[in-house]
Amino acid sequence: MWLVIAVGLARAYVARGSYHGLYYSIEKPLKFFQTGALLEILHCAAGIVPSSVVLTGFQVMSRVFLTWAVTHSVREVQSEDSVLLFVAAWTVTEIIRYSFYTFSLLNHLPYLIKWARYTFFIALYPMGVTGELLTIYAALPYVQKTGLYSITLPNKYNFSFDYHSFLILVMISYIPLFPQLYFHMIRQRKKVLGHIEDYSKVE
Amino acid sequence: MKHYEVEILDAKTKDKLCFLDKVEPNATIGEIKSMFHKSHPQWYPARQSIRLDPKGKSLKDEDVLQHLPVGTTATFYFRDLGAQISWVTVFLTEYTGPLVIYLMFYFRVPFIYAPKYDFTTSKHWVVHLACMCHSFHYVKRLLETLFVHRFSHGTMPLRNIFKNCTYYWGFAAWMAYYINHPLYTPPSKLYGEQQIRLALILFLFCQIGNFSIHIALRNLRPPGSKTRKIPYPTKNPFTWIFLLVSCPNYTYELGSWLGFTLMTQCLPVAFFTLVGFIQMTVWAKGKHRSYLKEFRDYPPLRSPILPFIL
Repeated sequence: MWLVIAVGLARAYVARGSYHGLYYSIEKPLKFFQTGALLEILHCAAGIVPSSVVLTGFQVMSRVFLTWAVTHSVREVQSEDSVLLFVAAWTVTEIIRYSFYTFSLLNHLPYLIKWARYTFFIALYPMGVTGELLTIYAALPYVQKTGLYSITLPNKYNFSFDYHSFLILVMISYIPLFPQLYFHMIRQRKKVLGHIEDYSKVE
Repeated sequence: MKHYEVEILDAKTKDKLCFLDKVEPNATIGEIKSMFHKSHPQWYPARQSIRLDPKGKSLKDEDVLQHLPVGTTATFYFRDLGAQISWVTVFLTEYTGPLVIYLMFYFRVPFIYAPKYDFTTSKHWVVHLACMCHSFHYVKRLLETLFVHRFSHGTMPLRNIFKNCTYYWGFAAWMAYYINHPLYTPPSKLYGEQQIRLALILFLFCQIGNFSIHIALRNLRPPGSKTRKIPYPTKNPFTWIFLLVSCPNYTYELGSWLGFTLMTQCLPVAFFTLVGFIQMTVWAKGKHRSYLKEFRDYPPLRSPILPFIL
């Protein structure tokens, strides 16, 4: 449990520090902590953190994908503003989210943190998604030109993979997936913040 | 003869849905389901789950009213299992797809490959062999569904047909695309012929094996019944594997697809084999556990799917 808190706080503080940097200064912490977020899936599975394994797994995988398979792999997009956009969105979200989990584990959750967690996403989610989509879109021409991560026929294993088409499919998948995640958060918000009258007695 | 009264409540809302009086003590759950269906025609018996406890296990159709732990006024809880579809229908649909789809790729129907290849045939003999094997496999499955298998359950939830068909049809298309592609590369010249020959032998051996197991399992169960017995090796040597494995039908199925993978040397086929293996292992472990729970004298040497390993 202490490990969770320690990792959580460390991530939040570094993320706070990297908020103002260019890609190169945030590159290593970003990679380290987003990849470290894979631990989060385990935390959910172990029940330490009260979130769904599927939803968290999905979110972590998409972040790891953006960090490694897109931004790291395609040097040309690293100076794009869209990268700054989603990194900023992720950073603010993570600071709030980790504070939320940390305080929850300590059984001393200030209403402000709870409110922030279930309110800020309304703007941060679309902001992050826009940044992510613009970054993938910016990467497309370079991927097509260099044939990055792609395999063509003929080859002795009779297999092919077109990373360019794959990225387009990923972008399209945002259309059904993003509204579902967004409205899930909105429903959670109604459930959690709906009891404002009861809560004032607890704190 | 003392009659029972039966009331059926909704498991979630506890609303009284149905009241049956003058029910025979030897009435079965199946008969009660039919009576319930009369008052609620949208809930045909296959989609009714009747239990003694709202969160408990479903009672079986064969269970008799007077043998259940209920008083003369019996209270049952009902849960709707959702729209149901018969196992036979699902199997026929999910197996016909791959048969037809693969052939479409084999004959290079337009809009799949470049127009200059429309309706051409591959120059590699292994491609023709693969088509025969794949088609034979699915024809065998269809015939087994119609004439061999004796299903425990009549139906499954309707949404399964979409899930299952996506799996079978999707993978069939993915594999067929590469095997029948104009740029397909058959196993290399050096050991290619031997590899294909070995693969074919493995495939045929396992097809016969799989069929033998299906016949053996069918013979365990008299027609129309749902009895469960421990399967044992018979005079057919292909069933001797029962000494070491609980679900040899899955073992042979894995062998068939390994043969097909080796024959075609195609990565998507390897993926299909792997995914199928994982799913069959899950099923085999479940079946093995049920056998152990139900039969005290279950042979201890047996493993679920791979002798001594899994």
